[in-house]
Amino acid sequence: MKRVSLLEFKHYRYFKVSGFLMAAAIAAYILDRPEPEPFGGTVLGYILGIASALIVVFLLLYGIRKRLTPRIPVLNKNVEHESASQRTTSTRAAPHQNEGRYGGFTLQGWLSSHVYLGGSLIVLATLHTGFQFGVNVHTLSYFLMFLVICSGFYGTYVYLYLPRLVTENMGEDTLESILLKIKDFDRFAEKRALQFSDEIIELVALSRQKTRIGGNFFQQLSGRQKNCPTTLAVQKLQGLGKGYSDDKLKSFHDLYGIMAHKETAVARARKDVKYKARLDFWLYFHAPLSIAFLVALVAHIAAIFFYW
Amino acid sequence: MTENFKIAIIGAGPAGISAATHAAELGLSHILLESSPYPANTIRKYQRGKLVMAEPAILPLRSAVTFAAGAREHVLAAWEKNLQQHHVNLRVGAQVVQISGVKGQFEIKLSTGQVISAEFVVLAIGLQGNIHKLGVPGQDLPTVQYQLDDPLAFEGETIVVVGGGDAGVENALALAQQNRVFLLNRGEEFTRCNEGNLQLLQTAIREGRIEPRVNASVKQVEAINERGFSLSLVVKTTEGKENILCHRVVARLGASPPRKLVESFGVEFPHADIMSVPKLSSQYESNVPGLYIVGALAGYPLIKQALNHGFEVIEYILGHEVELADESLLKAKLAPFLPSYSVDKGLASIQRRVPLLSGLTTLQLREFLLESEVFAPTPDEVIFNLHDYSNSFFSILYGEFAVYTEDNDGKEISFLLKEGNFFGEMGLLSGRRRTATVKSAGHGVLIETPRRSMLKLINSVDSVRRTLDEISLRRVVQACLAGSLKEDELDYLVHNATVRRYDAGQVLFNQGDKADGLYLIRRGSVMIVRMNEGKEEVLAYLPAGNYVGEKALISDTPRSATVRAAVATEVILLETSVVTEMLARNNTMRDIVVTRYREHILADQKINFKAQPDDLFKFLMQQGVGEATDILLIDYSLCIRCNHCEIACADTHGGTSRLNRAAGPTHSNIHIPTSCRHCEHPHCMKDCPPNAIHRSVNGEVFITDSCIGCGNCEKNCPYDVIQMATIDPNHEQRSLMQVLFGSFARKSQKTVSDVDAPKKAVKCDMCKDIASGPVCVRLCPTGAALRVGPESLSMTMRSNQPS
Ligand SMILES: Cc1cc2nc3c(=O)[nH]c(=O)nc-3n(C[C@H](O)[C@H](O)[C@H](O)COP(=O)(O)OP(=O)(O)OC[C@H]3O[C@@H](n4cnc5c(N)ncnc54)[C@H](O)[C@@H]3O)c2cc1C
Ligand code: HEM
Ligand code: HEM
Ligand code: SF4
Ligand code: SF4
Repeated sequence: MKRVSLLEFKHYRYFKVSGFLMAAAIAAYILDRPEPEPFGGTVLGYILGIASALIVVFLLLYGIRKRLTPRIPVLNKNVEHESASQRTTSTRAAPHQNEGRYGGFTLQGWLSSHVYLGGSLIVLATLHTGFQFGVNVHTLSYFLMFLVICSGFYGTYVYLYLPRLVTENMGEDTLESILLKIKDFDRFAEKRALQFSDEIIELVALSRQKTRIGGNFFQQLSGRQKNCPTTLAVQKLQGLGKGYSDDKLKSFHDLYGIMAHKETAVARARKDVKYKARLDFWLYFHAPLSIAFLVALVAHIAAIFFYW
Repeated sequence: MTENFKIAIIGAGPAGISAATHAAELGLSHILLESSPYPANTIRKYQRGKLVMAEPAILPLRSAVTFAAGAREHVLAAWEKNLQQHHVNLRVGAQVVQISGVKGQFEIKLSTGQVISAEFVVLAIGLQGNIHKLGVPGQDLPTVQYQLDDPLAFEGETIVVVGGGDAGVENALALAQQNRVFLLNRGEEFTRCNEGNLQLLQTAIREGRIEPRVNASVKQVEAINERGFSLSLVVKTTEGKENILCHRVVARLGASPPRKLVESFGVEFPHADIMSVPKLSSQYESNVPGLYIVGALAGYPLIKQALNHGFEVIEYILGHEVELADESLLKAKLAPFLPSYSVDKGLASIQRRVPLLSGLTTLQLREFLLESEVFAPTPDEVIFNLHDYSNSFFSILYGEFAVYTEDNDGKEISFLLKEGNFFGEMGLLSGRRRTATVKSAGHGVLIETPRRSMLKLINSVDSVRRTLDEISLRRVVQACLAGSLKEDELDYLVHNATVRRYDAGQVLFNQGDKADGLYLIRRGSVMIVRMNEGKEEVLAYLPAGNYVGEKALISDTPRSATVRAAVATEVILLETSVVTEMLARNNTMRDIVVTRYREHILADQKINFKAQPDDLFKFLMQQGVGEATDILLIDYSLCIRCNHCEIACADTHGGTSRLNRAAGPTHSNIHIPTSCRHCEHPHCMKDCPPNAIHRSVNGEVFITDSCIGCGNCEKNCPYDVIQMATIDPNHEQRSLMQVLFGSFARKSQKTVSDVDAPKKAVKCDMCKDIASGPVCVRLCPTGAALRVGPESLSMTMRSNQPS
């Protein structure tokens, strides 16, 4: 059941493809002796520029491919008799005969090529420019591309690294089940707290009212709450158990235990939210930036022809 | 004083109403007895506003009662009107508890002790069973109810819920939102409800939202008017008697299936299985002369059939010949193949030609043919292919059919089947792929019968069961051991074989046991486990079609490992003496078994180095992987929790995702989302009135639009993967703009929210209509989602080894 990751896909097929592209580009760049100097307008410059642009188009298509789901009729026509359906020849080969039994397209394959080909742009596009940077729309497009690529690398890193941590943190639980547990802890704690001083009741109540899980974007990413009332309650409770009779002390320890459990649960929930936010948020840069880049690129190409 | 009638009709469901209305129409002296306070109790219990469907569409309706598809309320209103118009002698609240006497003089006893006598009895009590009542004085007070339609209809009351099963607990939890609730349970603990309900209940009890009384039984209910309360309950617990004042009692004590009651009337069922239906004459008469059985109880699970029966049974009682409602259908079905015959003659000729069907009553044969398809394949047409997942059953009416299969060495063998023979029983019984290809040889005619009808037959007609059992024994023995056994040798083995059934987890034999024989797995699957350093290790997983136990047999040593059923399993046991004799007689068989023995020993040695992590294996088995033909798993070390699998599924299937990614258990990075396993023997198919659940050649279990939304499959699926959802048939193709921007906003929705719109069952169909395969797997960006079946399971298990 161990699957190959998107980097290892088909024995590093796209690593090889993009490695080859980069090697060829570097070799050509070294061998080429253009006059007066290497820049985007030489023959090789044009070749590299167009190659890069084609790759960019392909990379953008990923966003579309991802959402192109086939559609099937919602209702399966009634087969008057079960038998009638059984003899109709099937539309596809019997499953399970082999691993890649449906052949053809998988989004994982697309993403694998996306990552590697996207990475190869660093070499291809840079060589295209002949290192002629300035303050202009051309370099703006290059800069945007760089941002997209960097965010892409970051995204690939979190995709590969975080899932295990998410599983580790959640175990058999889901975020929903943990939130339910927290609610339970709150109810027990409040009931238990009633027999103690106002200070304790207040601490527990605050913990219920003011403990925040999630929140805005940055709060989600931080996975923490400044002066978290639950942590505070647990800390303060430690010092408040003095002077109780045996019975009451036992009750107090119960309360403390509940709050400590709650603290752990809250920490786990926050961690989960944090991980999911980290898995998500980079794409909010990557995708819009890729559109901005597209616009800049079009401007770049238009500018070139305009100046011609 | 006993009252006297010509015909007593018991049960005012569609069948009973139709019969009584027809009797009234003809001016016969009759009575319609109904245990609940209203007629059509079963239909009344459907969810509010449910669309009642009139399946099967092709069956004409012939009844004095009107019926067309429509909202539950309309259907009920129309029937009430029918009953009134024809002055049907309906008596509600009349539960029949005993029938004695003979034709012409039946004595029908009601729960009230009253006795009614009648010449003929029509039994139409359906399959819902009788709801258990409290059984104490006051049980029938208006505020003592045995069903709860809308828990939110009550507010601020004190309500006593009786019964600690799922129904009672669910009701109590729902009522507790707005009411003070007591929950009475007969036992010490709430063991009869499921884990989820139990947890919710415990929380509710801890928080004081529900006040439980255990070891409690109600002794008396009394109507009062005291301090605003209207009922007074005497409850006995281990601590003594308690008096509870309340407004309402909701008793959920379950129902007893009607079979016991029906048997007490003298009616015989041919088999202990629940699918078994009583044996009836072609005129619906049971083995008790004068006692007729119609409707769902007779094995016809749809309203229209029940209505037709009601009409016909009255005609039969009067001694009339009636052309049955399905006559024209049967005629149309048979005419192309038996043109010159009347239906009756045609049926007789079919029974002559196909000996397997000779034990059926005319009624059973009609039903069998209605549900089957009769067709003439062209010469050389493939009926089914090796490895197809289909499971229908074929009887040969005319002509010859060629079977192509492989023997154990992969050599192709073929043989001809002639008129009167049948094939396809292996796929039917094992739930696995077809083991042969069958083609028509020349011009022939076949009857193809769907799995469900065949199972019904097996459980209702003894001769069919016996024949199929023996044949399947032969074929399993042949397939497991060697194609090359001679007929008499096969006979000998089959004759000496015993069939054993095991529940999931049950042990076939233990490590260290003396060898008692060879176990051929005919259905289900087993795992072979061995104790290693005090821990159980799973060595292998063997699906149906294999055998275990040859090692100890050949080497005459104690068992070297324990074998345990992974799922409900059936094996054929050949005892040691039988096998040794066979091995001495037949060299080919000896070679085959010995070769397998060597292979196992060699494989064992390899396995010894890399045994399966046992608890992972157990986990997978618990989750139904052992009975799955195709299950969705997610490698949680790769899954980025993007839910794109769900989004893609919803997009493909009209907005309702058929899988729930986040739900479902996880074990060492393997996550099993809530999604269909496409079981070998799908539990969901068990009880689908219109037979809308099918399995395609590739194994996908899917639901067609003849679904009537009854929710049986939802309940029967042990993995909770079927949902009832409103289906929007107008969901359209999107534009490119929607592709690009629409889905940024769209979340995968579970169900469309319009509460009163008719709902149908939806489940994963493995995207069977998409040539390139299931979208959940293909559209997972990181390749975390995969699907596995029994064949790839052991392979995948291996590759999961930490190396
Ligand atoms: C949720 C659900 C949805 C369904 N939807 C559809 C649908 O849309 N279309 C369709 O065609 N079919 C549907 N069905 C199937 C349909 O309900 C049955 O086929 C039909 O009700 C069978 O009719 P019957 O008369 O044989 O039995 P029932 O309708 O079950 O009637 C039996 C009657 O006998 C009474 N009774 C029982 N025991 C006794 C006794 N001892 N003494 C006196 N009276 C007794 C019962 O109270 C009941 O009123 C559905 C079933 C369910 C459960
Ligand atoms: C990924 C795509 C591309 C990137 C990131 C990119 C970036 C750049 C940059 C940064 C320069 C240097 C500008 C300067 O000299 O100041 C440049 C020059 C140039 N590019 Fe591109 N480019 C891309 C694609 C293309 C394409 C598709 C074409 C042709 C159709 C093209 C044609 C040129 C030309 C002709 C020049 C030289 C212009 C000049 O120096 O005046 N480029 N490009
Ligand atoms: C110019 C270069 C690139 C462009 C134009 C580009 C464009 C895109 C687009 C349009 C998407 C789809 C976003 C969505 O549908 O939600 C996407 C997703 C993604 N890209 Fe890029 N990308 C580029 C480079 C890279 C690089 C270099 C990497 C990695 C090294 C990368 C990794 C990813 C990843 C991991 C995703 C997310 C896939 C998913 O969650 O479905 N991209 N990119
Ligand atoms: S699509 Fe793949 S990565 Fe996304 S949630 Fe589903 S299994 Fe996980
Ligand atoms: S719906 Fe449930 S019972 Fe039916 S095949 Fe799927 S998992 Fe099995």
